[in-house]
Amino acid sequence: MRQAPFEATHTAEWEAFEQFLDGPKKPPFDPAEMPARFRRISQHLALAAERHYSAELVDRLNRLALRGHHALYVNRRRESGQVLDFVLSGFPRLVRQEWRLVAAAALLFFGPLLGLITVLQIYPDFAHYLLSPSQIASYHSMYDPANKRLGMREADTNVLMFGFYIWNNVRIGFQTFAGGMLAGVGSAWFLGANGVIIGAVAGYLVHAGFGETFWSFVAGHSALELTAIVLSGAAGFRLGLAVIAPGNLSRKAALVAAAKPAVRMMYGAALMFFAAAFVEAFWSPLTEIPYNWKIGVGIGAWVVLLAYFLLAGRARAAR
Amino acid sequence: MLDTTRRVATPEGIELTLRLAGPVPRALAWSIDLLIRLGIVALVMMLAAQFGRAGWGVVLIAAFFVEWLLPAWLEATWGGQTPGKKLFGLAVLNDDGTPVRWPGALTRNLLRAVDFLPFLYGIGLATMLLNRDFKRLGDLAAGTVVVYRGEKSTGVRQIPKVTPVPPPVPLTLEDQRAVLELAERAQTLTAERFEELASLPSPLVGQLQGQQAAVRLLGMANYLAGKQ
Repeated sequence: MRQAPFEATHTAEWEAFEQFLDGPKKPPFDPAEMPARFRRISQHLALAAERHYSAELVDRLNRLALRGHHALYVNRRRESGQVLDFVLSGFPRLVRQEWRLVAAAALLFFGPLLGLITVLQIYPDFAHYLLSPSQIASYHSMYDPANKRLGMREADTNVLMFGFYIWNNVRIGFQTFAGGMLAGVGSAWFLGANGVIIGAVAGYLVHAGFGETFWSFVAGHSALELTAIVLSGAAGFRLGLAVIAPGNLSRKAALVAAAKPAVRMMYGAALMFFAAAFVEAFWSPLTEIPYNWKIGVGIGAWVVLLAYFLLAGRARAAR
Repeated sequence: MLDTTRRVATPEGIELTLRLAGPVPRALAWSIDLLIRLGIVALVMMLAAQFGRAGWGVVLIAAFFVEWLLPAWLEATWGGQTPGKKLFGLAVLNDDGTPVRWPGALTRNLLRAVDFLPFLYGIGLATMLLNRDFKRLGDLAAGTVVVYRGEKSTGVRQIPKVTPVPPPVPLTLEDQRAVLELAERAQTLTAERFEELASLPSPLVGQLQGQQAAVRLLGMANYLAGKQ
């Protein structure tokens, strides 16, 4: 069959399909016919290409088939139920599944953090290698026991700090994750660097005698925030590992396969960062709450969080 | 063969052709999006100014969402397009030609942080030039490609009607296609240029020149297309 009769025979069908894709107006045929009609148009495209009809016609059919492909294979799965499912079981299971990477990230982050707190009690001057005098001065003012509000300057408000924590902390988490693409080096760097800075500040303030105000401020949100950084790093390592050791896959395929669990982990980490920012802005600065209470809540948060990651979702996995 | 296309096999047993978008239109689309994002943040700033320092908190939250999540949200819900991409006729698709969804859109947008390094998408550009699908790192990890949507037809080009003439020699499919395509372009070329081109295939038009050669070739095109 030559091109002109081919076009003449099928144009009406193509136009009907185009009209169907175009709009919400009343469809020219029963939507149930759509897959069958799409298969016919696919066949027309194959025929037109095989018979070397003009590029114009082949392009037109390609466009039509591509749009049909989009319409047919768009995944309209509802995801509202999945969010709760993810929080209750999917996320902790994912973290347990990736426990090696989480442990490596935790070591890189908590190692320097705890190490520096210890070292600075013995050699306090070492802090001056890590923090500039202006940084030290600003931490002095933020954690002065005479403050009515902790962790912020007097003029700042909770809402401002909430915005700042979201903008800054979640960004750090996302950067830690994205850095994993550079063979994991970026994640390792962000984990280590943040561990060093936090450790230096904590060690310095504790030595300077501001320990009570400092712990009172950080206790509440520390569990959520520090764990979220570690998980961001672990997600980054998942990507980095795919680049370094793709196994039986090509690097590209390994990366695509690794991105799925890695991004799922980032969903969880981002939620934790948001929650931490909320606690950090509205609970942590309070001085009305007794010190013991704040420390108790902080320890409680760590216990609950560890229990969540160790235990949640096990029943569902066994089912 | 152009190497800026990508063939995708579908379950229907055909191959669809995607036209990949290179760095330049994508950079332009990105700069439009950047302007829009800055505009949104500026707007929030103006509205929030009356709330003093608390307003700054709102601005920072807005800046965060606009920078990290808005592009992913738009791509996931708006047919793979951000306003900038729509303006330049681009769209993000999965590797298999299906529309991109949340996980893919979020992956590629979070990983912009590393594509942006060391400055202004240096790594992203290098990666795009190093693989045949113009993918930056975010696209590689998410399994997405940026393509031209090209939904609008360039206008149907008609072969001018003349009396069909069979070609004097049998033509291969490629030759037939070349004749058809030249005839389809007849109206977009000047008459002189078309006549000049039509005189070239001497096995078909023999010694004919100018106007006569043009009419003869169009006649063959009409014949090949099956016009009566």
